[in-house]
Amino acid sequence: MLGAFTFPPIDEIFVWKDIAFKDTAFAINKTSLLVLITALLIVTIFVAGTRRMKLVPGGVQNVIEMTYDFVDRGITRDIVGNDATRFTPFLGSLFLFILFLNLWEIIPFIQFPPTSRMAIPLYLALQTYVIYWYVGLRHHGLKYLTGHLFPPGVPWPLYVLVTPIELVQVVLVRPFSLAVRLLANMMAGHILLTALALLTAYSLKNAPIISPGPFLLNIAVTGFELLVGFLQAYIFTLLTAVYIGDSLHPDH
Amino acid sequence: MHDLILAAQSAGELKQGLSSIGAGIAYGAAAIGPGIGIGYVVGNAIQAMARQPEMQGTIRTTMFLGIAFTEALALFGFVLFFLAKG
Repeated sequence: MLGAFTFPPIDEIFVWKDIAFKDTAFAINKTSLLVLITALLIVTIFVAGTRRMKLVPGGVQNVIEMTYDFVDRGITRDIVGNDATRFTPFLGSLFLFILFLNLWEIIPFIQFPPTSRMAIPLYLALQTYVIYWYVGLRHHGLKYLTGHLFPPGVPWPLYVLVTPIELVQVVLVRPFSLAVRLLANMMAGHILLTALALLTAYSLKNAPIISPGPFLLNIAVTGFELLVGFLQAYIFTLLTAVYIGDSLHPDH
Repeated sequence: MHDLILAAQSAGELKQGLSSIGAGIAYGAAAIGPGIGIGYVVGNAIQAMARQPEMQGTIRTTMFLGIAFTEALALFGFVLFFLAKG
């Protein structure tokens, strides 16, 4: 009954045609358009929401203050430390940017998370990478590097084993896993939603009796993806905070 | 001559089929360990929350961190699936 169902090649649901400035380095497709819209949207909401600030906040200002408080208390102060509130603007914009990008996955008629293309998670992860190296070297000098590679309290013959592992961990695994985690989660969600939607359409045509199955599952998975999008934005920000905190206070 | 072309074609298909099977097995195998690991992390976090509900916030944050680190391995497998298949 469903034997003839074929899933399109994976490129077909992730690679988009150029809309403007074709064949140049500044070509715009759906992915980069969504990124630009997201950036403008966040800036607009925040500028408009904080233009006339009141002592007792209401409406948009309330939401903005809650978001800031969530990042400041839940992430910066808890993870990086009470002396590091200067990182809250960075972590907050990182969180909001990733959250809004992830949420395009379940917005009707758009339904594509730009974070499922490697360029964006990789760029964000490299940004984190540069920042935690800069913070570490600025606050501890070369001791940051030696403290990581030769952790104190380890018997010296074990350095043969520990040092290469730590080197690979700090230089390669951290930014790579940060980027791949976000990418793979959003990619898996997008593939799952596409597969269920195609299955609904196909079964509606060939076997209408079973079509409510994939349809209801699609709605349930859409709700689940809302959770995943939020959680991935939170985890990315949290891990960035952990890495920065590790650079600020390496002995904790 | 015709047989040779057919043989060459089926060899290409065989390679593609085998790499698809390999990719499937790789992802399946990569999901086993992290599955068990996430189970441990969440199970122990729930136990800790039940014992000390006042520490809930800290435990939840740490739980998400643990899940994120454990899950990374499964996601490497997921990416490898596409690399091996393509």
